[in-house]
Formats: sequence, C-alpha cells, structure tokens
Amino acid sequence: MSGFDWIVPVILTVITAATPLVFAGIGELVTEKSGVLNLGVEGMMLVGAVSGFITALVTGNYFLAVCAAAFAGAVMAFLFGVLTLSLMANQVATGLALTLFGVGLSALMGQEFVGEPISALNKLNIAGLSDLPFIGPILFAQDALVYLSFAMVAIVSWFLYKTKAGLVLRAVGDSHDAAHSIGYPVIAIRYLAVMFGGAMSGIGGAYLSLAYTPMWAENMTAGRGWIALALIVFATWKPGLVLVGAYMFGGITILQLHAQAAGLNVPSQVLSMLPYLATIIVLVLISKDESRIRKHAPACIGKIFHPAA
Amino acid sequence: MTRKQLSGLVSAVALAGGLLMGGTAAAEDKIGFIYVGPIGDHGWTYRHELGRQAVQNEFGDKVKTTYVESVKESSSEPVIRQMAADGYKLIYTTSFGFMNPTLKVAKQFPDVKFEHATGYKRADNVSTYSSRFYEGRYVVGKIAGKMTKSNVIGYIGSFPIPEVVRGINAMTLAARSVNPDVTVKVAWVNTWYDPGKEGDAAKALIDQGADIILQHTDSPAPLQVAENRGVWAVGQASDMTKFAPKAQLTAIIDNWDGYYVARTKAVLDGSWKSEDTWGGLKSGMVELAPYNDAIPADVVALAEETRKGIEAGTIMPFAGPITKQDGSVGAKEGESLDDGVLLGMNWYVEGVEGQLPK
Repeated sequence: MSGFDWIVPVILTVITAATPLVFAGIGELVTEKSGVLNLGVEGMMLVGAVSGFITALVTGNYFLAVCAAAFAGAVMAFLFGVLTLSLMANQVATGLALTLFGVGLSALMGQEFVGEPISALNKLNIAGLSDLPFIGPILFAQDALVYLSFAMVAIVSWFLYKTKAGLVLRAVGDSHDAAHSIGYPVIAIRYLAVMFGGAMSGIGGAYLSLAYTPMWAENMTAGRGWIALALIVFATWKPGLVLVGAYMFGGITILQLHAQAAGLNVPSQVLSMLPYLATIIVLVLISKDESRIRKHAPACIGKIFHPAA
Repeated sequence: MTRKQLSGLVSAVALAGGLLMGGTAAAEDKIGFIYVGPIGDHGWTYRHELGRQAVQNEFGDKVKTTYVESVKESSSEPVIRQMAADGYKLIYTTSFGFMNPTLKVAKQFPDVKFEHATGYKRADNVSTYSSRFYEGRYVVGKIAGKMTKSNVIGYIGSFPIPEVVRGINAMTLAARSVNPDVTVKVAWVNTWYDPGKEGDAAKALIDQGADIILQHTDSPAPLQVAENRGVWAVGQASDMTKFAPKAQLTAIIDNWDGYYVARTKAVLDGSWKSEDTWGGLKSGMVELAPYNDAIPADVVALAEETRKGIEAGTIMPFAGPITKQDGSVGAKEGESLDDGVLLGMNWYVEGVEGQLPK
C-alpha cells in the first residue's frame, strides 16, 4: 500500500456497497414521512432484484429491467397499502409479513434463473472526464443507477422541503387528523408515498442483481433491507443524512475487508460489527438531544388513520 | 423484531409448509434435511440438496424426504426439535453451527438418528460426517502456485474454525511447495453466504495484489468479480464455471450423494451406528471440476499427479516439515499431522499473512 493508489479502488467499492442502501433508504424515508412504517423493505428489494434480473436476462434491456424492478417493488408496496391503509391492518405485522412473502415470492420467481449469469450494468464513461486521474474513475465512470441514487436524494430533499406537495405529505405524517380536517386525501397520499418507497426498494434490489453481483441468488439482499430501515433512524429522517449514513455503512464494511487483506491485526468479528456499533453510538448521541429527533420524526408514524374519527 | 427472531419465524413457516406437504402417508420413513442457506445458493446447500434428491430417487416410495432451507445457526434448535417431534427417522443437519442444537435435541429424542455435517461432537444417535476438502485445496494450491504472477493469493474465509483454517494451510503449503515466494492474504467475512460481501472481499483482495482468489464461502459472487477483474479464481462446493468461464481454474466439488444414500439405507435396514466419517478424494466425497483450458499442460499434469497421489495415499498434504506462521515447528521432517491435530487446527502455516482471529 504505497502512496494513495489504493484509495480509488476502495472508494469505487464503497460506492457499489452503498448504492442499494441509498435507494432503499430514501424510498422508505418518504414512506415514513407520510406516517407509514413499512418493514417490508427487504422483501420488496428481493422481488425488485429478481424482477430486474429476469427482465434483463430475457430482454437484454437494462432500462426495462430497472423499470420492471421499480414496478414490482411498487406492486408489493401497493399490496401493503391495501392491507394497512384500506383494511387497517397493523403496519408492523404486515410489514414483517411482506418481507416473509417477498423472500418466498422472489425465490419462487427466480427458481428457473439460479445459476444464470448476466453481464454487469454498463459504466457510463463520460468522454474526456473519466480519464482524469483520481476523480475521473470515481465521479465520471459510474453506472447510471449510481447517478440516479444521488439524483433521487436531491429530488426527495427538494420535494419534501421546497414544494407544497412535500409540505402536505409531511403534514399527513405529522398529524393525519389535522390534514384530513382541512381536506387533504390522507389515504391517497399515503398510498403514493408507500408505492414510491416500494419502487425505490425495488431499484435498490435491482442494483444488487444487475450491477453489484450480476446474478440471481435467493436471499441475495442478505439483510440490506433491515440496514436501510436502521439508516433512516440513524439519519433522523433527513434525506441528506441517509446518503451519508449509507456511505458510512458501506465504507466501514469495505475498509474492514481491506484492513484484513493488508494484514492489520484487528479481530474481524469486531470489524464486522463496527457499522452496527457506529449506528448505536450515533443513535445514543442524537437521542440525547430529543428536540432534534422530534423535529424530523413523523409524529404519526405507524398509527392507523380512521377517517371517520 | 430482530433478524434472528425473524429468521426463526421464516424457518418455522418453511417447516410448517414442508410438513404440510410431507405429513400424510404413514408407510414411508421420513428423512429430514436442515440447510443453512437457500437451495438456490449454487454452492454448499445446493450440493446437500442434490444429496437429498439422490436419497429420494434411490428409495422412491419407501422414504419421504423433507428439507428446511435458510435456517440460521443461532435459531436452528426449534427447527430440529420440530422435525424430531414429528416422527422423522433420520435428520441431517448440514452446517457446523448446528452442532450443539443437534446434540441437545438428540438427547431428548433417543430414537431419532441424527447426522451432523462437519462437527466433532457425537452421541449414540448422532453421527458426524465431513469431507477432506483440504485434499482438494492441496491440489488447487499446486495450480495456484504455478499460475500466480503477483505471488499473492487471496483467500476469502467464512469463520475462523479448524475446517476453514485447514483449507488455507493446505492450499498455502501446496502453493509454496512449487513457488516459495507465494504469500496468502486472508479476508474473513464472518458469514457463509452474502453474495455482496463475498464479492467485496474479493475486490479488496484483488486491489491488494492478489491474482488468484479462493473462497470458503458459498456464493459464486467472488468468481464473478474475478472474471470482471481478469484474475483467476477457484469455485467452491459446486462447479461455478458458468459465472466465470475464463476465471475459474477448477472447482472443489462436494459430493454427498453416496454417503446420504448409504446412511439412509443403514437406518432403513436397522444397521445404523453412530460413527465419524471423513471422506476425501478417494471416496468421491471431494471432486474437482474440469480444469480450465488456459492452464498449461505441465501444470495440469502436476495437479493430476497430486490428486492421484492423495488418492493412493502416497502424498500427504500435511506431511512435514511444516513451519508455523510464528516460525515454530508444525510438523517435523518425516512426520505427518494426524487427524486429531487437523481437526483442531488453529494456527496458520508460514506464508499466510495477518493474524488468525481467535
């Protein structure tokens, strides 16, 4: 490890590790901001991953594949919406059921496709810029989904805090009764937010099966949906911090692998738990300042809305 | 709700599903299989599943085989107990971490026979079986030592248990016997199955100079990374050449079919006894996938010579002299490490970098 040559490959690997978390996290953030807690992220990611993979394998068109993944994730989320928003089932239990359902459904859908390799999503080499030393490969030679993940964070941030529609969505999440009494369609808004969350989870899953490890394997998300859920609390429901958190999670995981390969004598078990330890520490630090959490946490999260009441 | 609880729930649901399908006729003997990963992992669990199918094909209507997949090691006990309580005659628990839960349940169900893979604790109704994977790794080590240009071999480890350490040491000894300049870098991922993390570990090792990647984890992700980065890799548990047609040198294949059929037969005819089986290349429990065409003929010849030597018993992978990583003597000239030492191996040989996690 002479000089700084090793930094570029490390950063490149961190980007691929963080991108699925960014997608799933930013989608679930919007869902939660509308006052709905959907614990089915893992299941929606898996169904997105398998749908995207099958579409890519059959059509060879990665744009279609990403669309299919988003659509599949949104359909899963719609199902969740029907159960929790229209039929008023408990959100926590339904979300868990959605994950279990997603694990099984994706395995079933992917049965015929295990062991079929596809080529990875192309990197967009931006002419002239991707050859720049250091920043070239990092900033200008990523695949389209990486750029999209950054764009989505910016768009969600702008939408939530700079548009009227975003204000309404936050109002629904903070006090559905108040929003209802001044005439906003609480249930319809929540449906949209939940389905947006599902679509983003689907794309996050597809990033795994199309770009990260271009194959389909059962349960290939390996718990990333749960990490995305933790990320939102870690980020105290702020879009920018979801991005930071995702890169921190990805970064620690990759750095610990590099540290081991470099022969640093740090117990790998300790290194493996570092991301989670970091989350807990940050949570404790933030929790000391209650006002900061309260300001951004949706007050109605997880509560069922009875329009008649 | 933690992931652990959740996976328990998944297991319970899967089990309920399995039992619903398989719990009707009384004439057939029920044989259960508990897997640590999904049968679609295309690696470890997939090979056990092929073994189950071999049992079902062999005995047809006489047995009813059922499996539960993706059972977390930490929450496996209720799954094993459920099967035992449901009248299963024989239960295969196919991961190292199922060891203590298997023994605990076995004590409560003395009439049920258990077969635990890769463990070292037995009881009157618990047999253990494993494969001398290290024999395959020794053959692969000879190839790796000849094929590496950077003289750095990367090794992705799951958990620092003797089974995995043995593989690292066997490979290192073989590689250095043909190329003394080889060093081995190890990255532990603390999981048997996480395609993303396994791929990340492969990237980290390649970034640090490794031009051959070996793995003791279950997904083909590291081979895919090797294919993309233009380095060599060795498939694990199953032939993974589809994922890395250019990169896969060969693969170390587990073949449980014969053992599963034999042990199931023993239960059916009442001759089953608790014992420990440790098969290798000779018994067919370990196989090698076809060699990559890009391997020069003399290297293939060397590999074949090594394989035949191990089968014939003329080549012992852990024959001395062996120097440990810390410079002390692992085995003297003329002696060969016995199975007891191999089963408890908790030290690296010279040439492996980094410290073995305790």
